[in-house]
Amino acid sequence: MHRLEEIWITLSVGLLLVFMLIIGYQTFALGMGPPSHKETIDPQEVDETEPFDDPGVKETGDNEYEIVMTMQAFQFTPGDIEIPAGAEVTFTLATKDVTHGFQVAGTNINAMVMPGHVQKITHTFDEPGEFLILCNEYCGIGHQMMSTTITVT
Amino acid sequence: MFNVRKLAWVGFAFMLTGTALVAVMIILNEASVLYTFYPPLAAHPFFYVGLVLLVLGIWACCFGVFINYSHWRKAHRGQPTPLLAFFAMGVFVLWFFASIGITIEVLTLIPWSMGLVETTNVMVGRTLFWWFGHSLVNIWYLVAASVWYVVVPKLIGGRHFNEKLIKLVVILLVILNIPGGFHHQIVDPGISLSIKYLHVFMSLAIAVPSLMTAFAMFAVFERAGRRLGGKGLLGWLKKLPWGDVRFLAPMIAMIAFIPGGAGGIVNTSNQLNQVIHNTLWVVGHFHVTVGMSVVMTFFGICYWLVPYLAKRRLTAKMNRLGVIQTIIWTVGMVLMAGSQHAAGLLGDPRRTSFTTYGDHSTALSWIPYEYVMGMGAVLLLIGVLIQVYAVFHMMFFAPKGETEFPVAEAEDGAAPAPMWTERWGLWIVLLLMVVAMAYVVPIMDFILNAPPGSPPIKTW
Ligand code: HEM
Ligand SMILES: [Cu+2]
Ligand SMILES: [Cu+2]
Repeated sequence: MHRLEEIWITLSVGLLLVFMLIIGYQTFALGMGPPSHKETIDPQEVDETEPFDDPGVKETGDNEYEIVMTMQAFQFTPGDIEIPAGAEVTFTLATKDVTHGFQVAGTNINAMVMPGHVQKITHTFDEPGEFLILCNEYCGIGHQMMSTTITVT
Repeated sequence: MFNVRKLAWVGFAFMLTGTALVAVMIILNEASVLYTFYPPLAAHPFFYVGLVLLVLGIWACCFGVFINYSHWRKAHRGQPTPLLAFFAMGVFVLWFFASIGITIEVLTLIPWSMGLVETTNVMVGRTLFWWFGHSLVNIWYLVAASVWYVVVPKLIGGRHFNEKLIKLVVILLVILNIPGGFHHQIVDPGISLSIKYLHVFMSLAIAVPSLMTAFAMFAVFERAGRRLGGKGLLGWLKKLPWGDVRFLAPMIAMIAFIPGGAGGIVNTSNQLNQVIHNTLWVVGHFHVTVGMSVVMTFFGICYWLVPYLAKRRLTAKMNRLGVIQTIIWTVGMVLMAGSQHAAGLLGDPRRTSFTTYGDHSTALSWIPYEYVMGMGAVLLLIGVLIQVYAVFHMMFFAPKGETEFPVAEAEDGAAPAPMWTERWGLWIVLLLMVVAMAYVVPIMDFILNAPPGSPPIKTW
């Protein structure tokens, strides 16, 4: 093999290893891993199963909230949420029918919500404003209407 | 070789019938499940039956290629296979093993959609889909790369790169590919962070052969350009036949793979995936990778393959039309993909028909980008019409004549690839080992710790 080829391959592999290190550091040291909650639920009994039998905003600590939310074609329950600025919010999500995507535009909140699996994602809302919550996985005829808001005051 | 030819036609017939059945079910609004058909969205059983026929057709073609390959090897003992045949072998080995995942999924969905089985495991279905779905895009890519490596050097009056490296790239792409499927499930529940991290590694590993490709191609161009008298650091660039559509289209396609591959690396990096997943960014990514790198290469092929097959010639006029078509397509794709990347970063979701979410200010801020997308789409429509016209013209109306099938030769005195590169049995064993490493733990986990399954649901 040519000298230049060797340099190129070494650089390529080296670069990818650096990527791996950064991603690993972010995931395991900084706790920035992608939403990967492992907990199952009967997809046909979501309304009867804790905590989804009582969806809503729960204060869990000092400016810490858990929002228990169910998703179904084509709505979020609860909708039009309000929380104070600086709140650390954990969304606990389950779907009652098909696969949905949970996204809050303008933040890094983005998670698949699949039938039979409880999904969790945490975010601190520092900036006040009205954020758009939307479904980003095609879920049927009304998918483009599936949205609500979270207002940070 | 009569039987192989027949097999290919049988495969074609199966694929055509399968596609027709699937299309009819979609048009009848019985299968509005999109191409990922994630359960529990449930289509009409015939939709899945059509998919089975499609896969059977693919398998017929796979076996045709395998049989041809072994005939050739028997008749040419001790000789390395020609490069294009080697690529074909790689593509169809990947096709075969990629389609196993989706076949299992579809076979379980048929009785479920008919109501014979009550529920299905949605995580297993989604994982088996991406086992196939990811490999599929690399099958297209490998076909395009075969043209870059073997045809383009001939068109510029050069020689192909070192045969051993080319074959190594094919082997690596085939062995390492399938686990890439998991990078489509980075924000899924039910998969642990350590498994997801393992898959960052497995996906990034696929980037290595692509980076080798980038090196090889530019080396080939530089050599050819210098041989034609190009001077200085970049003077050789000017010597390349930019006015020849057969070169121009695949060349722009190759250049597009630089942002395309870089975008792929962004997508596969866990934290960044969370920013762009299921937004228009992803749509921008595949307009660059599929729409430019792959499709433009295929467009370029048309300008010699169609006249070659039809025993006609590429005229100067048709070449000029091809160059114009290539430029229209490039500008269209740049507008389209550029605005999609930008809108995606702002949160605009994919696979969503036009909406302002009740005039929410965030959604309204996406609209200017959507205008640019529309402009790109108009250009692409014009481009595609020209392309279809060009293909018909070259097939039926261009002047009769001989057209060569351009295949580059090795550099003088270059060593042929070593014979160990032909050990497909070994490559398949390695492929299966890599697949086992990637899939056994997660799939067992999905099955052993499965929640109650989901019944079929129709939400359209
Ligand atoms: C010619 C090469 C490529 C083609 C044809 C291609 C094609 C595609 C397509 C069609 C999708 C959309 C799939 C969907 O419907 O969700 C996609 C998504 C994706 N691609 Fe590529 N791609 C290529 C290269 C790469 C590379 C090199 C990487 C990474 C190393 C990559 C990583 C990804 C990821 C992670 C996604 C999923 C993003 C998401 O939905 O979250 N791609 N690609
Ligand atoms: Cu939706
Ligand atoms: Cu992929």
